[in-house]
Amino acid sequence: MPAYLARRLIQAALILLGVAAITYLLLYMLPADPARMVAGRTATKEQVDLVRMQLGLTQPIWEQFGKYLWKLLQGDLGRSYLQRTQVSELLGARLPASLLLMAGAIFCELAIGLTLGIIAGLRRASGVDHTLMVVALVFISTPQFVISLSMIYVFAYWLGWFPIGGYGEFKHLVLPAVTLGLLGGGWYARVTRSSVIEVLRQDFIRTARAKGLDRWRIVSVHILPNAILPIIAMVGIDIGYFMGSIVVVESVFGWPGIGQLTWQAIQQIDIPIIMGVTLLSACAIVLGNLLADLVAPLIDPRIKLR
Amino acid sequence: MKHLLASVSLAAMMVAAAPALSPAYADAKQGGEMTVTFKDDLITLDPAIGYDWKNWSVIKSVFDGLMDYKPGTTDLVPDLAESYSVSDDGLTYTFKLRHGVKFHNGREMTAADVKYSLERTCNPATQSPGAGYYGALEGFDDFQAGKAKELSGVQTPDDYTVTIKLSRPDSTLLHLMALNFSFVVPKEVVDAEGADFGHKPVGTGAFKVTEWTTGQSLTLERNKDYFKAGVPKLDRINFQIGQEPVVNLLRLQKGEIDFPGDMIPPAKFTEVMNDPEWSKQVIVADQLQTGYITMNVNIKPFDNVAVRQAVNMAINKDRIVQVINNRAVPANQPLPPSMPGYDKSFKGYAYDVAGAKAKLKEAGLENGFETDLYVANTDPQPRIAQAIQQDLAAIGIKANLKNLDQGNVIAAGGKKDGAPMIWSGGMAWIADFPDPSNFYTAILSCGGAVEGGWNWAWYCNKDLDKRADEANAMTNPADADKRAAAWGKIFTDLMTDAPWAPVFNEKAYIIHSKRIDGPAGVFADPIHIPINYDELYRTDLQ
Repeated sequence: MPAYLARRLIQAALILLGVAAITYLLLYMLPADPARMVAGRTATKEQVDLVRMQLGLTQPIWEQFGKYLWKLLQGDLGRSYLQRTQVSELLGARLPASLLLMAGAIFCELAIGLTLGIIAGLRRASGVDHTLMVVALVFISTPQFVISLSMIYVFAYWLGWFPIGGYGEFKHLVLPAVTLGLLGGGWYARVTRSSVIEVLRQDFIRTARAKGLDRWRIVSVHILPNAILPIIAMVGIDIGYFMGSIVVVESVFGWPGIGQLTWQAIQQIDIPIIMGVTLLSACAIVLGNLLADLVAPLIDPRIKLR
Repeated sequence: MKHLLASVSLAAMMVAAAPALSPAYADAKQGGEMTVTFKDDLITLDPAIGYDWKNWSVIKSVFDGLMDYKPGTTDLVPDLAESYSVSDDGLTYTFKLRHGVKFHNGREMTAADVKYSLERTCNPATQSPGAGYYGALEGFDDFQAGKAKELSGVQTPDDYTVTIKLSRPDSTLLHLMALNFSFVVPKEVVDAEGADFGHKPVGTGAFKVTEWTTGQSLTLERNKDYFKAGVPKLDRINFQIGQEPVVNLLRLQKGEIDFPGDMIPPAKFTEVMNDPEWSKQVIVADQLQTGYITMNVNIKPFDNVAVRQAVNMAINKDRIVQVINNRAVPANQPLPPSMPGYDKSFKGYAYDVAGAKAKLKEAGLENGFETDLYVANTDPQPRIAQAIQQDLAAIGIKANLKNLDQGNVIAAGGKKDGAPMIWSGGMAWIADFPDPSNFYTAILSCGGAVEGGWNWAWYCNKDLDKRADEANAMTNPADADKRAAAWGKIFTDLMTDAPWAPVFNEKAYIIHSKRIDGPAGVFADPIHIPINYDELYRTDLQ
């Protein structure tokens, strides 16, 4: 196990290095000029050249990247070109909001997915089953932008149950978390349904029924724990997936997280911020996957880590 | 020291004149708060660095400059200065400062702060996007090159006097003293905060920043020691950052917010304007903006003036204005209507397809030609470019659309043979200050026709450049009208050469809650876009 962990961590470091190198190269190859962006439209060519030199953009690419990595190892992500603030500070200010939203979303997708999946699995091939699976499909295939705006329109504007947007209290979290959780929820509903059907076929369920256990007890003690196992391993992978989809949801709900920062930085070619966000997302994906792999053998003893 | 202009008494007269414009405003009671929303975060509130309209409107409320504009107008008035004078040769400006103006940290502002702030903007280490404006200050080049420790053109004979010497006459100097890049900052705070000053700003302005959570919220509170009595009216302004403009409009209609800073999103425009309740809350404001098509005179066949004139005649501007829901008026000259020097009587090139075809024939191109039209790829620009493309096709010009990120379009325009035609929308040009020279130097002069410059037509007319220099040398304020007329003529004469096809002047559509209001000009302020925060008051307290 320790050897496995060490190997995985080395792999993770290499992946992050690769992500950093590729992103840096892509940003370098952009035809847009960040120095001109910083220097403003009144700047003469000499002033732009001066700014370019100050930003270190005149050095060869490998030297720039080397310096970036060296600073990165010391925990310095650099300063934003336009905001002039430490990138780590900008990320730090927004990370808690994004993590809170993710936690809320994971709760929602599990609640939605397990509930729908178990009901559909128990009533297999009935009208209820078909309806729920269509609903799950709608959750999976509707663009999040549409879901977000529909949620706001119905629950915030029309019914007035929740605030239209904002941050700070529990009531602000509900709509964005549900929106973000619906997609995963739809997905998990389908997976749970399959595993419930699978479990129902097992001998121990038949035995339990034969013993005369009541329906609720069969579901809660025998079916649920077995059906939930495949889902837990998938949640780790979701963390990486959320890094992508929070961009849309955060911007519609005005949730002050990483997604919003990314969108703004890309428009302004603010390279240090783009690099910082990319690396953070890559970390989340790598760690999420690692977590999923580590949890897997605890759930299913047939899986061995080597 | 001939024209001692704005003495205290004159300034007092101006203050006294203001209530006459809007009687309700003079006794508007202070108090209350308002909530403003923006989709994107404010990048910085450092006056030396902020360079977009969102930052500017807030920076103007947190900081002050030597000069300012009368609210709702483009008329210059002294601000941190109580008076100023100009030497006969127009090369020396002397500003007398107000006494007792305090920074938000309680220290009194003096002449040394003015000098420090100008040097900070001109210092290359600051990387100010506005440094280029101050090139006429004596000693600017040496200071920028690091050959001089101070900017010799700015001197402080005593604590309340600042003299500014120029190396060439520049009649825009007073505007430059009202521009954020010259706003006065306290050295000790800048030194302490370093690069973070932009997020922890301290100025002399009407509001002070009390809280700023990046990407989330910003709170401004009334500066109780502000040197203008009775200003500002509101106790607090809460900025909420991050939501989509469509959502913010819903929140306005629900009464949650007072002012959506991103204004009315295009998709909702018709709905709002047809809504009897909310259309009353909409104010239409002129902007110092012109949208135009540049034709690169280095690239065939645009080297031929007849071809450029043909393009001018081919464009159906009324239809293009319809494409953007009539949020603009058709233009026939580079200057926008609210800019001094705009010539109301000028007719320009009327929409005339037959005439345009005749011009092409004159150029020997009766069978038309093929070319590229560059355009920024954000809505509504590509839709406008398509309308232009259709108009050009009607006279036989096949224009291929190059939809690119705006940075790439700007880069192509700055290359000598980069882009034959560019639709300027989304990139150029909004004036930084209300002076006609701001529509010439960077975008139409020989000096702007350089690699990486903004003169995308690469138009260079030495004769007009000379006339521009002459107009800029008319520094006597008594010559203001003569100067504006001289500038106006430069722009209309330039249209004979037709390096541009001016298309429209955009208007801003501002919407606000019924809870807040202000004097007539404030919502349509040509300087404070989108809004002059200092002048707003709560209607429920009146």
